[in-house]
Amino acid sequence: MAGVLIYSDKQNISLELLTAAQLLKNGTGAKINALTVNNDEQAAILSGSGADVVYKVTDADVSLADSNIIAEIVKQAAEKAEADIIFLGSNRRGKELAGRLAQKTEAGCLTDVGGLALEGGTIECTRNSLGGATVARQQITTSKKVIALSPHSFEAAGSAAAGNTLELDIMKPDITSKLVEVKNRSADAVDIQNAEVLVIVGQGVEKDDLVHASAIAKALGGEVACSKPVATDKKWFSEDFIIGLSGKQCRPQLAIILGVSGQVQFTVGIRDAHVIAAVNNDENAFIFQLADYAMVADSKDVLAGLAKALS
Amino acid sequence: MNIVVAMKQIPDLQQIRIRERKPVLSGVPLTFGLIDKNALEAGIQLKEAVGGNLIVVSAGNEELEETVKEALAVGADEAYLAADNALAGLDSSQNAQILAALIRKIDTPDIIIFGEGSGDNYSGQVGTRVAEILGLPSVAYVSRIEVKDHTARLVRSLEDADELIEVQLPCIITVLGDINEPRLPSVTQVLKAGKKRREVFALSDLGIELSAKTISTISDLAPVSQRKQIAVKSLDELLNVLQTEGFLRR
Ligand SMILES: Cc1cc2nc3c(=O)[nH]c(=O)nc-3n(C[C@H](O)[C@H](O)[C@H](O)COP(=O)(O)OP(=O)(O)OC[C@H]3O[C@@H](n4cnc5c(N)ncnc54)[C@H](O)[C@@H]3O)c2cc1C
Repeated sequence: MAGVLIYSDKQNISLELLTAAQLLKNGTGAKINALTVNNDEQAAILSGSGADVVYKVTDADVSLADSNIIAEIVKQAAEKAEADIIFLGSNRRGKELAGRLAQKTEAGCLTDVGGLALEGGTIECTRNSLGGATVARQQITTSKKVIALSPHSFEAAGSAAAGNTLELDIMKPDITSKLVEVKNRSADAVDIQNAEVLVIVGQGVEKDDLVHASAIAKALGGEVACSKPVATDKKWFSEDFIIGLSGKQCRPQLAIILGVSGQVQFTVGIRDAHVIAAVNNDENAFIFQLADYAMVADSKDVLAGLAKALS
Repeated sequence: MNIVVAMKQIPDLQQIRIRERKPVLSGVPLTFGLIDKNALEAGIQLKEAVGGNLIVVSAGNEELEETVKEALAVGADEAYLAADNALAGLDSSQNAQILAALIRKIDTPDIIIFGEGSGDNYSGQVGTRVAEILGLPSVAYVSRIEVKDHTARLVRSLEDADELIEVQLPCIITVLGDINEPRLPSVTQVLKAGKKRREVFALSDLGIELSAKTISTISDLAPVSQRKQIAVKSLDELLNVLQTEGFLRR
């Protein structure tokens, strides 16, 4: 099988892509190529983590914010490496790149891919469909393929024997957009995707009771997360804490879900949790269909009571 | 200024039932995706700010003329539609070809607005594919739009940063689902919507050779939920559960 090229500007994501690429290599012998743009440190790490060849592009005029230029670079790297398959990260940067790149290379493309399998030498992707109501198993039928993999779907690759590193000269297209300013959003130190225990609050929780949710999370060694409207409408949390289709997909050991109705756009983000306990005052709430433990109660009482019992 | 908004006709997700793990789509009404409505609202707000003509483009089956009424009622001035039953169930690359062909029929499109992802597939590739086909610059995940002197000043919101970007028009942008709160049409607007101009094209009118599907779907099933669904009646029972599942570390 032809080679595979992986690219993400985020180091942790690129290491996950290497793990996915390794799966292809084991199954088909595909050579693993990686690309970095203006990032020598990442090139060194990828080279020591299983990439057979790392192509380095160094050009101070190239901005990661210009998806057209990055797509052009990835295309040229893939041609150089003779890689028909390109893995990208399915974060916003990666998804923006995916469509452009697929069109440039006449590739079929799938984004938000959560799982890969080889079926008779063909790559089969799993991804949510119909807003998360279903999970589709899909194959790209063109010879060129662009696949964007959801962050945290694969383990990061560990260290391995060093591969080759090559400088890649590129032909740059015209610059079409200008990056005027970057404001880093105060990156919350917490990443809910790494938490073993999540206490998740929805619109059926009152603001005064959030202290109890935090106390419970702390006592259980976990974090607090929320449904989308709690962040986007009520603004009690930043968007980094949203569980679901447009937030994060998490697989904690335990999720305690309070005052969440359980719409499918929410449940896609938590349905792979190991144990789920749900609290809702409506006995017919959808969330109970997803629960190992279902408690019909007022979130106020449960939050205060649990916080007290665990303190 | 010509402001173009691309919208996708999809089944109303709220009304899809699952039977034997399969989604039941028959009888489910067609609508536009929710984020597409944010894209439309962004177009309306831009028109209110700088003036111009607001055009909706969409591809879908023959019911599309009906589906588009809602967008015309809310504030679009006209619609360019590829309505053909041969256009149901297209994949992203095919959708992009159709939308690009429709946009080419518009005299001097200045800014073309997509949602960050469609309601059903949410793959987020069509906007940038269309940009590549038309040779236009593009910026995705936009949370703020300002247009002045043929330049768009845009904020792209990434997971960890906001970027202020300037691009020359014409350009393509995709907007985030929380960029705005879409307005609802008034009754008079709904009544007037039927009279607004609609240019309807069949696939054969578009002058393109639609390429083959690039994606094949092996199966599309609701995930099986194997949850215990044990009723917990009291706080003590809940604490017991946490204890037996091994989450209390004392
Ligand atoms: C394209 C798209 C993407 C989306 N992405 C996401 C996403 O990523 N994440 C997400 O969460 N949503 C997402 N949504 C929104 C989703 O459809 C739901 O609207 C949302 O999850 C509802 O949040 P909620 O359950 O907190 O609120 P509600 O639906 O308002 O539910 C509140 C629940 O609390 C219960 N309740 C009320 N009072 C109490 C009480 N005192 N004690 C106990 N229970 C109580 C009620 O019975 C109800 O079940 C998305 C929607 C779309 C269209």
